[in-house]
Amino acid sequence: MNPAVNESDSILNQYSFEVEGGNFNAAGTVSTRIKSLLKQNGLSDDVVRKSAIVSYEAEINIVSYARKGTINLIVTSHAVVIEVVDEGPGIPNIELAMEQGYSTANQQIREMGFGAGMGLHNIKSYSDKFDISSEVDKGTFLKMIIARNNSKKD
Amino acid sequence: MKLREVKEILKADVVVGEDKLDIDVETAFGADLMSDVLAFAKAGCLLLTGLTNTQVIRIANVLDVAAIILVRGKKPPAEAISLAKDLQIPILATKYILFETAGRLYAKGIIGCMEKVESGSERI
Repeated sequence: MNPAVNESDSILNQYSFEVEGGNFNAAGTVSTRIKSLLKQNGLSDDVVRKSAIVSYEAEINIVSYARKGTINLIVTSHAVVIEVVDEGPGIPNIELAMEQGYSTANQQIREMGFGAGMGLHNIKSYSDKFDISSEVDKGTFLKMIIARNNSKKD
Repeated sequence: MKLREVKEILKADVVVGEDKLDIDVETAFGADLMSDVLAFAKAGCLLLTGLTNTQVIRIANVLDVAAIILVRGKKPPAEAISLAKDLQIPILATKYILFETAGRLYAKGIIGCMEKVESGSERI
């Protein structure tokens, strides 16, 4: 964990977005909005980009697998925090789901260019801190923290 | 090189972004698998792809891709064009296949946004 990330940081702004499961026409709109809001908050291009990638992957997962979900975006003095809660099938084996190449995507998802089993792994790799928990038949919870002052660069 | 030169090399049509042909580009990533685009494409690169759905535009926005190059003569649907205009992402369309598109650009100095995928190298 990056030492710059501190849970007790003062919250500067927070936003909440609803995501509808199965609606591929609207998929990605929340992440486009998140990107725009983070730019308005004056965050660096690198932090905005990482946050947008993370939220987009999570949003596509909600649309692909869950009935509905919520994405909370919190901007603190030292980090961007993205929390994702969905109502859906849950993930029976998180360790397996985190593996590159493992996917349960159906044909519709694959035709759009997804389903290569990169999503959760990608979310983790772009986050400075990543937490996941899930309950089968209930849903999945993700929390990602992207530090604002990070030495990792493109 | 300027995006204008990319257009000339590929004999491409400018679908969106006639006013953005003076942006500079140095690198590219090519794939139809958006999962991999999300994992490997870098900020400022050209995205070479044959997929034309609106998610390609959203992904280009998320990743700060400089421009989308649609290969194999693909034409994007109206909603993708409209979204690219809103998000100000240039789209060029070429008849060359992905291999030819990449090769012609590489021969003129555009390089891959990464050379190869090592274990763990998907981290930006």
